[in-house]
Amino acid sequence: MSLEQFKNRNVGTQNYVKLDLAHTPTTGWGQFKQVVGRTFKPELFVGLWVTFREMGNALVGGKMHTTQYPFEKLPISPRYRAIHDMLRLMESGNYRCIGCGLCEKICISNCISMETKYDENQRKEVSEYTINFGRCIFCGYCAEVCPELAIVHGPRYETASEQRASFSLFEDMLTPIDKLNLQQEYDGFGAISPNADENIKPTPLAY
Amino acid sequence: MDSTMLPEVTAVGVIIKAVLILAVIAAIAGFGTYIERKILAFMQRRLGPQHVGPYGLLQLAADGIKLFTKEDIIPQHANKIIFAVAPVITAATAFIALAAVPVFPGFTIPLVDVYVPSIASDINVGILFVLGMMAAGLYGPLLAGMAQANKWGILGSARTAIQFLSYEVVTGLSILAPIMMVGSLSFVDFNDYQADGTWLVVYQPVAFVLFLIAGFAETNRTPFDLLEHEAEVISGYVTEYSGMRWGLFFIGEYANMITIGVIASVVFLGGYNDFWIFPGWLMIIGKIAFSFFFMLWVRAAWPHVRPDQLMWLCWKVLMPLAVINVVITGLVMMII
Ligand code: SF4
Ligand code: SF4
Repeated sequence: MSLEQFKNRNVGTQNYVKLDLAHTPTTGWGQFKQVVGRTFKPELFVGLWVTFREMGNALVGGKMHTTQYPFEKLPISPRYRAIHDMLRLMESGNYRCIGCGLCEKICISNCISMETKYDENQRKEVSEYTINFGRCIFCGYCAEVCPELAIVHGPRYETASEQRASFSLFEDMLTPIDKLNLQQEYDGFGAISPNADENIKPTPLAY
Repeated sequence: MDSTMLPEVTAVGVIIKAVLILAVIAAIAGFGTYIERKILAFMQRRLGPQHVGPYGLLQLAADGIKLFTKEDIIPQHANKIIFAVAPVITAATAFIALAAVPVFPGFTIPLVDVYVPSIASDINVGILFVLGMMAAGLYGPLLAGMAQANKWGILGSARTAIQFLSYEVVTGLSILAPIMMVGSLSFVDFNDYQADGTWLVVYQPVAFVLFLIAGFAETNRTPFDLLEHEAEVISGYVTEYSGMRWGLFFIGEYANMITIGVIASVVFLGGYNDFWIFPGWLMIIGKIAFSFFFMLWVRAAWPHVRPDQLMWLCWKVLMPLAVINVVITGLVMMII
């Protein structure tokens, strides 16, 4: 499913097909007719045929439905909210986070904690940044509020681990510098919508 | 085949046959669980077991190890003796029934010159014996359910009683018409009756369908698996069983499936006679394999019925049909 489809989900406009169910017979003769009709209608054989056809499809038609999970994975929706990623700037390789603290402020379960300081260029530097994943409810607010698209929800949904700490440090979430060219721009939760350009009203310059 | 030409049936041959049946059928019954899972999986476009051994073939061994090493729990308030004996009844009767069923055509072991008969014991009331044994096998679920001091078990055994009362009359009546035509209760006579290549199902299609339906009920297979239907009664009569006792019930069930397959093949589908270029043993294996496959196929395709629907079906639809079939068969035989 593409992102547009995800963002424009109007419940109730799908093409539902209503079953054409006959009325339950009330008279004895009606019931008898129903029984005889069902006996000689090949409904049961239709069922047999369908399962057999599907077996053929699966075995020779290459329509086997199983995903062998640990070895193969299905693509997940861009809106999926898994363990966070901290992204880097593509050009300089510097991390995007400007230490504004908005994510720490908005987090409803109070699980982001960060410390910042000024570096030698009087630029704000993040010296500590952790998310306590024991408390995070993966609401996505931090990703939505971040002005720099720095903190996003990544695709790592396999979060079984011996230590919560294995995920929660800044360095763990930050894109490794040598994998910078593999970094995906985030188009899910909190990202600007695909039709953002249309929604922008030109600011009047003169009042 | 002229029966006077046959070599003499010796004790050694019978013992070989018995061992063959036990070993082969027990192995197939265990292997059947693998085949069942695989085929059901394919029909639902899944892969089925595939991680233990090539294509999951060793799943069977893994299951065996699991069943044997699992703790054998006997519930506190259960009637311990009956609880322990019940699975044995199911498994034992299933194999005893196979004693009077022809599984392969008779053959002679080449070097030692021992004739192995087609049936371990060709008793002259073969069909009655087999059906009776399979019916007695239902004491297993019945007693198991009542002995385990568990309400789901009680429900399971109540359903066993219902099922038993419903299908047994249909089995008997449906197979009565072929018995009338052949004039014997021995499976060998049935087989020889069809030696000219015309299968009995041609003369008795209604009886064949009725017998198949009753066979599904007899083996607790899916349209009629009310004894242990998980969605309704947890596991019915096997709720409290674990480990190998539980396994015995299922070996019994799979052996019964094979028995029903053999009876259907021998009575209705031409038995182990040669057919065109195919030798008899291949034919019978093919037929048994097909009926086994058919049971799995049905399980994948059809929903199961409620107990009251089963009784309704058996007593109000199938039994009258069976009686009419018997009457018509009798009239036709009288006229011709
Ligand atoms: S996803 Fe929600 S709970 Fe988790 S860190 Fe972000 S704001 Fe906090
Ligand atoms: S909201 Fe974004 S830029 Fe601001 S501190 Fe959080 S991650 Fe950094």
